[in-house]
Amino acid sequence: MELVTPDAGLLFWMLLSFTLVLIVLKKFAWKPILNSLKEREESIAEALHAAEKAREEMEKLKADNEAIIRKARAEREKILQEAREIKIKIVEQAKEEASQEAQKMIELARVNIRNEEAKALEQIKAQVADLSIRIAEKILREKLGDSTEQQKLVEKYLNDLQLN
Amino acid sequence: MVKKIKQWISLLLLAGVFTFSLTSAILPSSPAPTEKNEQTHSLPAEEQTSKETGHHFDAEEMIMGHVLDSYEWHLLTIKGKHISIPLPVILYSKEKGLNIFLSSKFHHGHSSYKGFRIAEEGKYAGKIVEETADGQVVRPIDLSLTKTAVALVFSVILLIWIFTSIARRYEKHRNEPPHGLQNLLEPLIIFIRDEVAKASIGEEKYEKYLPYLLTLFFFIFINNLLGLIPIFPAGANVTGNIAIPTVMALFTFALVVVSATKYFWIDIFNTPGVPWWLKFPFPLIPLIEFSSLFIKHIVLVIRLFANIVAGHIVALGFFALIFIFGEMNTLAGYGISVVTIAFTVFLTLLELLVAFIQAYVFTLLSALYIGLALEEGH
Repeated sequence: MELVTPDAGLLFWMLLSFTLVLIVLKKFAWKPILNSLKEREESIAEALHAAEKAREEMEKLKADNEAIIRKARAEREKILQEAREIKIKIVEQAKEEASQEAQKMIELARVNIRNEEAKALEQIKAQVADLSIRIAEKILREKLGDSTEQQKLVEKYLNDLQLN
Repeated sequence: MVKKIKQWISLLLLAGVFTFSLTSAILPSSPAPTEKNEQTHSLPAEEQTSKETGHHFDAEEMIMGHVLDSYEWHLLTIKGKHISIPLPVILYSKEKGLNIFLSSKFHHGHSSYKGFRIAEEGKYAGKIVEETADGQVVRPIDLSLTKTAVALVFSVILLIWIFTSIARRYEKHRNEPPHGLQNLLEPLIIFIRDEVAKASIGEEKYEKYLPYLLTLFFFIFINNLLGLIPIFPAGANVTGNIAIPTVMALFTFALVVVSATKYFWIDIFNTPGVPWWLKFPFPLIPLIEFSSLFIKHIVLVIRLFANIVAGHIVALGFFALIFIFGEMNTLAGYGISVVTIAFTVFLTLLELLVAFIQAYVFTLLSALYIGLALEEGH
């Protein structure tokens, strides 16, 4: 029976010691321990958060870098494309200009040739006229060597005039 | 594998031999407690060797002598001579007033001092009684620092020392990884905080009750562990003395009653969801609910007390086997000691588990009861 009967004296000592241990530990042990545990947990959480943030930032930076590189590459491509186009254009333009020039020159040549032709024709005409005159003179001289002949001609002209 | 088994066997044998030599020093073939029966009235008690008397080893006496409280701290008995530490006896009686003296004045219970003596039998067996002038035997107010009380004080000092020292470390090394003892205890503190207090009481209110729950857990745990160590100043049966869990359960009960909300009392006296005829003219359910409030806490006491006492009794029973067999035949004693040691090693490991589980269960149930008391309606 003694085993299951709480002894009054022991109850008293237990009440005293447990109260004491509760008060002392609450004030001098649990408060600092729990506070610093909390603090540490918070600082760990904060550090993890910061690390996560840093990682995100780095990722963003990396993404930015990549974007910049991509953009630069596109720019380069564009510039090259443009250069190529310009080259083609220039070549084309040059070709066109050259052909135009050639056309012009041909035209000019043609005009010149025509002018020369006309001039030559003129000259030929003049020469032909000259020659004809000379031939006519010669013929006339031969024909009008005798006076009868001359008389005859005058008469003819006169007749012509009269007719008019 | 084989090597490992060999190692284990040799270790066990070594442990067996060691413990046997130790126990034979403590409890020679005719152990101490029985002596009391032989020479109850020889005053003053002369320590005499009981070898020649040749009486039998009394297992019950040996076991109960350990499990029950006593006015002196018995260390060992060498050749029938008790070696024990006398403890202060503090008595207050109507007739003689306050009396403080050492328990050695009783000569291991064989003599009386100033009219006080340790009762041999009757209602107050094992306790100090007073013989009044008119020949009556009464029990004075007894605040003696008994074995359990001294072990209690020792464990309190140990607890305060351990936790204030790690608290100092926490304050000195803020935001640093735990170290040493701190490292050992931190998981337990966090376990009690997260798995017991937070889980049972709730995120908002647990902080107020956490110091109590932590104190409760470590008080029980450390006393349970100290009870497993068989050498002074540990080894007393503290948590296995019913007065100790009684006080702790009273604390929990007081906390429950003080912090109980309106809804908690409504749940008890006007339980919702129960047909009215179970409440009116005869309040069956309220009666059950109300008595369960007390029974819960009484069971809390009995669970811890019974578990620890049972562990001690079984362990001691195994040791008693050595001496029972030893009395029959010395060789049998040696033989059984090997088995006993093996069992005791196993049992001690089991008790380690029990020490933790009981501390945990007591704390968890306390937290649950407090959590129930704090309920804010349904």
